[in-house]
Amino acid sequence: MPELTYREAVRDALAQALRADENVFVMGEDIAEMGGSMAVTQGLLEEFGPTRIRNTPISEMAIVGSGIGAAIQGMRPIVEIMYEDFLTLSMEQLVNQAAKHRTMSGGQVKVPLTIRTQGGAGWSPGAQHAQQLEAWFVHVPGLKVVFASTPQDVRGLLWSAIYDDNPVIFFEHRTLYPIKGEVPSELEPIPLGEARVHREGTDVTVVATGRLVHESLRAAEEAERDGISVEVVDPRTLLPLDEDTIVGSVRKTTRCVTAHEAVARGGFGSELAAVIQHGAFDWLDAPIERIGAKFAPLPFAPAMEQWVVPHAAEVLEAIRRTVARS
Amino acid sequence: MATVEERAEPGRKKVSEEVLRDFFREMLLIRRFEEKVEERFRAGELPGFLHVAIGQEAVATGVCSALALEDVFASTHRAHGHSIAKGTPAKKIMAELYGKTEGCSGGYGGSMHLYDLSVGNLGANAVVAGGLPGIVGAALAFQMRGEKRVAVAFFGDGATNTGTFHESLNLAQLWRVPAIFVLENNGWAESTPAVQQLPLPVDQMGKRAAAFGMKLIEADGQDVEAVYLAALAAREHALAGKGPVLLHLRTFRLTGHFVGDPQVYRDRDELKQERETKDPLRLLGARLDLSDGDFASVDADVTAEVEAAVEFAKAGTDPKPEDALKYVYA
Ligand SMILES: Cc1ncc(C[n+]2csc(CCOP(=O)(O)OP(=O)(O)O)c2C)c(N)n1
Ligand SMILES: [Mg+2]
Repeated sequence: MPELTYREAVRDALAQALRADENVFVMGEDIAEMGGSMAVTQGLLEEFGPTRIRNTPISEMAIVGSGIGAAIQGMRPIVEIMYEDFLTLSMEQLVNQAAKHRTMSGGQVKVPLTIRTQGGAGWSPGAQHAQQLEAWFVHVPGLKVVFASTPQDVRGLLWSAIYDDNPVIFFEHRTLYPIKGEVPSELEPIPLGEARVHREGTDVTVVATGRLVHESLRAAEEAERDGISVEVVDPRTLLPLDEDTIVGSVRKTTRCVTAHEAVARGGFGSELAAVIQHGAFDWLDAPIERIGAKFAPLPFAPAMEQWVVPHAAEVLEAIRRTVARS
Repeated sequence: MATVEERAEPGRKKVSEEVLRDFFREMLLIRRFEEKVEERFRAGELPGFLHVAIGQEAVATGVCSALALEDVFASTHRAHGHSIAKGTPAKKIMAELYGKTEGCSGGYGGSMHLYDLSVGNLGANAVVAGGLPGIVGAALAFQMRGEKRVAVAFFGDGATNTGTFHESLNLAQLWRVPAIFVLENNGWAESTPAVQQLPLPVDQMGKRAAAFGMKLIEADGQDVEAVYLAALAAREHALAGKGPVLLHLRTFRLTGHFVGDPQVYRDRDELKQERETKDPLRLLGARLDLSDGDFASVDADVTAEVEAAVEFAKAGTDPKPEDALKYVYA
């Protein structure tokens, strides 16, 4: 199997979708000549030209809103919001328009729009360039939400997002762009709404997203040395959620830790905990532990930033706490 | 620093050579500061995301020199120059870039979030146009309390494409608040040139003022004297209760968008030519007819100030990790 970086995997899915379907086009800030602020769209302008690879002004509301309008007319736009912090500026179009048209129109209108964005801490940009806001969108009926953590997943899921007939917010994590991983030689679409079990185990289930999938896998290896067997599950799609796989895993292991980089309070882990306690109440041997960033705007100084966001060590401690209960 | 009145020399519409020499020193200080930032970033000493204002020094110095201490401003991701020019010591800015508690934001903000309330810096913003509405509000407060102060927003050409810009200028004009909107038009939004982001020729961006019925004042952003006089006029207009001003300054970004930007999107020859013909320090140096000796002594002086700033920053205190929660109130 060939190896791609996460960045290359995103680019490959975009390029293949652009080749496969003339209705697919990409727009966003600095995505053309510069190839995007994360170099994801590099080379696409050369292959597909400026009509389909469109630089936009700094107008997040209009970028998303015009994407919605084009999508309703049968295009399959992929819009890039440079940092997910700036999704806040397109919130109205996302929440009140994109998410609502299908239902408000009594099913007449479809919005096959993909909104790609990225975020994540670990490089000290300060409070406005590294938030993880995925939980906000999971609260909105009418949106789909994806957060991919490996090259293989990001490629297969992005394809499915592009060809989904509904608006999908597609989160990428900045620190994952350089990681490498094997991918199938032919692009294999991964259906939205299917979790991935990264590692099987019998004592504790860690349900993790984004960067924390990798931190959790590291924590699981550490735990293994202490004789604790950890299962690591990545939902990959947060909305719709693969409740069966997640609840099934916890029924098996009887303990659960949720882990993401976003702040713990009101984070996606809270929703997971609610789903799991309801579905696996009679099986649980310990309270569900939630790992997430501490509740603070991200400070600039590296020592503070590193302390605020979670790493493998915090996941490992949580694993140990759940095991210590019984 | 000379007071505004001294510098204005009303009636003459000309700035004395002594004042221009002060401007030159400050602009060179900003230039050397920014060059040091690039150097220390490359050396791996500075964390985070840095944007320098090399080429745009005349805007910072010209505008801030026209302001009084009690006037306030909001800046952008490209904030070092504005902050120095409004009076924050270079060492406190450098300490912030090093993430030290002695920094102007205590190590919490970083390059894109420089604050210094003591000189009226209400904060640099990493969200394009993020500071504009707050400046309307600050000006509203001054108007309601009858205070003779202005509130100033710095922003780039790219920022004029945000909804935030249009809402802010509309409201400011509607309520006639004493705000100055300083459009630092360097013709680029990151890699995106004016032709790809503005439906107007780059030099005609000032036309946006007409949509709001707002007073427009324009000047060559590479000519510090012109900037200064334009800013004085803008301030006078705003303080006279005549409403806000769009101050359109055409300027040039003579480096990458961020430190480390390879500028693949930029024509090399054009950049070279701009460096030769649009450098505000060269232009002012020629105008002042500075001798090599004069230049060297100013340069030595500001270089020493920048070196001292780095020393100060490096000797500073790292915040404790758990200080992250210090200002979290709920
Ligand atoms: C709302 C928002 N969108 C996008 C960005 C990313 N970004 C940072 S600076 C910049 C370009 C800004 O151009 P301009 O306003 O002209 O300022 P300049 O960099 O030229 O000083 C962009 C797109 C951002 N910080 N905020
Ligand atoms: Mg610009």
